[in-house]
Amino acid sequence: MLAFILRRLFQSLLVMLAVALIAFAMFRFVGDPVNQLVSLDTPQEQVAQIRKSLGLDEPVVVQFARYIYNAVRLEFGVSYQFRLPVISLLGERAPATLELAFMSALFSLLVGIPMGVYTALRRDSWLAKLFQTVSLVGISLPTFLIGILLIYLFSVTLGWLPSFGRGEVVKIGNWWTTGLLTASGWKALILPSITLGLFQMTLIMRLVRAEMLEVLRTDYIKFARARGLKTRAIHFGHALKNTLVPVITIAGLQLGSIIAFAIITETVFQWPGMGLLFLKAVQQVDIPIMAAYLILISFLFVSINLIVDLLYAAVDPRLRATIGAH
Amino acid sequence: MSFKTHCLAAVAALALMCGTAQAQTLRYANQGELKSLDPYTVNETTTNAHIGHPYEGLTARGKDLKIEPALAEKWEVSDDGLKWRLFLRKGVKFHGGEDFTADDVIFSAERVRAQGSNFTTRIPTSAKFVKVDDHTVDVVLTAPNPILNAQWDTWYIMSKKWAEANNAVAPTPAAATTPSYAALNANGTGPYKIESHQPGVKTVFKLNENYWKKIEGNIKEIVFTPIASDATRVAALLSGEVDVIEPVPIQDIQRVNASGNAQVLTGPELRTIFLGMDQTRDELLESSVKGKNPFKDVRVRQAFFQAIDIETIKSRVMRGLSTPSALMIAPELFPHAGFTRAKFDTEASKKLLAEAGYPNGFEIGMDCPNDRYVNDGQICQAVVGMLARAGIKVNLNAQPKGQYFAKVLKSGGYKTSFYLLGWTPGTFDSHNVLHDIIGCRDVAGSSRGESNLGNYCNKKVDELTDKILVESDTAKRDAMIKEAYKISVDEFGYIPLHQQALAWGVSKKVKLAQRADNSVLLYYATKE
Amino acid sequence: MTAQTPSSTPVAPSTKPPSLWARILDSDILASFLRSKVTMVAAVIVLLMFIGAAFSPWIAPTNPFDPATVFLSDANIPPAWQAGGDPKFIFGTDDQGRDLYSAILYGLRVSLIVGGLGVALAATIGITLGLLAGYLGGRVDSLIMRIADVQLTFPAILIALLIDGVVRGIFKGANREDTALYVLVISIGLSFWVQYARTIRGSTLVERNKDYVQAARLVGLPAPLIMLRHVLPNVIGPVLVILTINLALAVITEATLSFLGVGLPPTQPSLGTLISIGNRYLFSGDWWIVAFPGLTLAILVLAVNLLGDWLRDALNPRLR
Repeated sequence: MLAFILRRLFQSLLVMLAVALIAFAMFRFVGDPVNQLVSLDTPQEQVAQIRKSLGLDEPVVVQFARYIYNAVRLEFGVSYQFRLPVISLLGERAPATLELAFMSALFSLLVGIPMGVYTALRRDSWLAKLFQTVSLVGISLPTFLIGILLIYLFSVTLGWLPSFGRGEVVKIGNWWTTGLLTASGWKALILPSITLGLFQMTLIMRLVRAEMLEVLRTDYIKFARARGLKTRAIHFGHALKNTLVPVITIAGLQLGSIIAFAIITETVFQWPGMGLLFLKAVQQVDIPIMAAYLILISFLFVSINLIVDLLYAAVDPRLRATIGAH
Repeated sequence: MSFKTHCLAAVAALALMCGTAQAQTLRYANQGELKSLDPYTVNETTTNAHIGHPYEGLTARGKDLKIEPALAEKWEVSDDGLKWRLFLRKGVKFHGGEDFTADDVIFSAERVRAQGSNFTTRIPTSAKFVKVDDHTVDVVLTAPNPILNAQWDTWYIMSKKWAEANNAVAPTPAAATTPSYAALNANGTGPYKIESHQPGVKTVFKLNENYWKKIEGNIKEIVFTPIASDATRVAALLSGEVDVIEPVPIQDIQRVNASGNAQVLTGPELRTIFLGMDQTRDELLESSVKGKNPFKDVRVRQAFFQAIDIETIKSRVMRGLSTPSALMIAPELFPHAGFTRAKFDTEASKKLLAEAGYPNGFEIGMDCPNDRYVNDGQICQAVVGMLARAGIKVNLNAQPKGQYFAKVLKSGGYKTSFYLLGWTPGTFDSHNVLHDIIGCRDVAGSSRGESNLGNYCNKKVDELTDKILVESDTAKRDAMIKEAYKISVDEFGYIPLHQQALAWGVSKKVKLAQRADNSVLLYYATKE
Repeated sequence: MTAQTPSSTPVAPSTKPPSLWARILDSDILASFLRSKVTMVAAVIVLLMFIGAAFSPWIAPTNPFDPATVFLSDANIPPAWQAGGDPKFIFGTDDQGRDLYSAILYGLRVSLIVGGLGVALAATIGITLGLLAGYLGGRVDSLIMRIADVQLTFPAILIALLIDGVVRGIFKGANREDTALYVLVISIGLSFWVQYARTIRGSTLVERNKDYVQAARLVGLPAPLIMLRHVLPNVIGPVLVILTINLALAVITEATLSFLGVGLPPTQPSLGTLISIGNRYLFSGDWWIVAFPGLTLAILVLAVNLLGDWLRDALNPRLR
């Protein structure tokens, strides 16, 4: 088991290196950062000077090596747009994104799992059909449109909820700001969380339903029934428990989606998080921010994958044996 | 914080008081972010307007854009035009408490021209600033320059002492690789102080109680938030979460006006939107015509011009909020008398194309930004349709401005055959247009024509431009400007389209003066 | 037991479920189809939409992709039944004066091509890699799953930007109009495959230890054959559900990319492009520009998903 963990750690390191390479290679193509920094009438010598000062005239290999070296020291340079160290910008924005991601994940799980269970157990009830249809409508519209429709309804027409920003935030320590301690913070979280979580909710609901249906037909559930166990115990003690293994995997994988979709949600709601920062960075070709964001997200991801894999191994003894064998 | 606690602690009786205090806070949302507070980093209208709250220049421009005295009370120009004497305002203090003196002006004059400044064109390199006494400065020039102070309203004066104490003597370059104090803090003499600045998220301005002049507005505190998404910005205004937004997408103007709690201030903007054509390559980069460049033929350029139905663009794409233009400059900056646009006439276009040897038209690529100017993408799309009816098949390449500029600007090698661009002369003067946009770019080492992406070129125009720079007789100068414009108009060097409109969304509770250069200046704002 | 043909004579009949095709044939699939009214309606809708898309040049009254026939002066006309409407334009016109009905038909076609090709690419890559990873295990498995990790860090938006940039780097001066379609298909293919690979790998890990696979291996069947003929049919079930969701997702991703400025150009609008165009006019009262393409998209996705649901249940003999 230890060897397995070590091997996975080593692989993860390789992954991070690959991400860095891909990220770096990509940035060379996205656009020319210098053009963002100068106005139409900046003299040409000055443009060349800027290019030189950014090290953009050196060989690509040198640029990449320097990039890796700096990344290892968490040294992502200074944002071209803001002239602040990227790591502090990301640090400042991270709480907003993490809170949003957490709330929307919570929303999708708390709503998705019960809906999935219900639609599996009462497959033919009208409510189950309604759940399925409504959830499908939810994913049939693009995120940005859902967000704008929600704003239109709840902010403009009804005036209940704010259309942008985090509301009033409270600082906790040096690094964290939270909107969870003020009423306006909670209100501001509602629309973005729903917008972001709707899609995941549907996916989780469908997954839970499908898995439940599978499990309910297996022999040991039939056996449990035959033994005369209570339906409730069968459904929740056995069926749901067995359903949760793939749900763990998917929930882990969904984190990627949540963060990817947060880019759009944050854009629509002007949510001051990392996604908004990243999208702006892409538009403005702010290479240091893009680089740091990608590496950070990749790191988060690789860690989660590692944990999911370990959980998998812990949950399913057969898999553990297999993994151990190789 | 304490203020808030008080409000929370107080019950109904005090709520009224808190309410009044609230009313003098103005919340403002703009499409763009305020990135650096260093006044010499980015030369861009919106940023200049933001920074014009904590900072100010020797001169200012009023609501009508006329030059007014500011930190310089008055100035005198010697008879030979080679010396300007500036008389500085006395008793002015920076926010940090430092006195404003001649040293600060001389320091700022050096800093604004130093390596890394984006405002080097504000003062000629050869101009010398000489201290006469604490409140008098001489500017010594090598050649007369009647428009010397034309852009001084956005050359903001910084405190020498403060800059030296905070290691901010050198301007923060646009590509700073280290954090800079001046980018995150401001110490000007302007009507508002920076209370807090979170780049890209929120900036709070507090009224400078010791400002040397009584400001027109009554705003005590400005909370600025960038909101990039059009719909969200409009929603924030409609729901009353913000008081002022810029810009309002023109299709939403009616909706905002109908809402009852906000209205849209509109007016012509000074920016001219135009189409340019590559007239320098021997074969176009993106065209079906091989071995020659159709745009070198004036008939083809005229055909393109006449194929465009500017009135329909105005009524449909711009919803009436544009001024079709015959010249490459706004009528507010140079009178258009004597110039009219060539008539929209698809048949005439076809005929011209046939005469030029393209009876069946040809194919051409077009570059266009889709997030830079008002409805730029839609304008280009409309142009594609109009040219199609004249027989020209246009392959439109509409992209976000980052990618667009990377392709078409000098640094990208002017890789375009046909493009849409907008231009506001920074000096509000024709010389800038004739020099940067209409001037030939073939002289190495010269910045002339640097933004003339298609390199329309006529040496006669260049000669006139050089004379215009040093001519101080207004009538003579205007005549020469007119002559230069006439040459380029007759040759269809460019296809000017229109001046777009300003559209600011303003809450009904707020009164605000609108300046035609699209600077949102909240010291003009009053809120009930 | 005597000599066996290498194919499907059951080696361990007790544990090996019948193959996919066998199930389809003996599952009374038609009967199940006819039993579900919802499914029938969904099927009819999907069929109609596919026909509409495939034959749009003949069905649509105008060609919205031909700028010479689109008149800006017709812009923003409301649907025919509203005041100010024009019977020429049933669903009204968009901001360029295009007939929305025609634009939707053409856009549907573009969207289905992009979505279909993208998802097909994703499924092909994902299933192949998932099977290899799950069946072969070891280094191959590690390698593939690590690639999947890397892949997952790149949201489709990023991949689109990346590929867009690379394409333009390679074909200098290439126009978005020519490249956007390929960029989108490849972006979707490359960003969606992981889900297939993970799912297939997971099930394959379980299947490969089952007796029938072990037996097949013992008889000496070549690995590719075992994977394709024995493992694949038993692990493909969940893929159908992913496929349906993904087709919808692909169309939506395309719309989002248009919203961010990397999608199909507005001169050749897909449903997504139409929605993001209409999105701009949501507050101004020109609701039809976003409503009709949005509705078309929603109905398409809904119908495809309902079909997928039914298919899933119908293919699973244990559910009946």
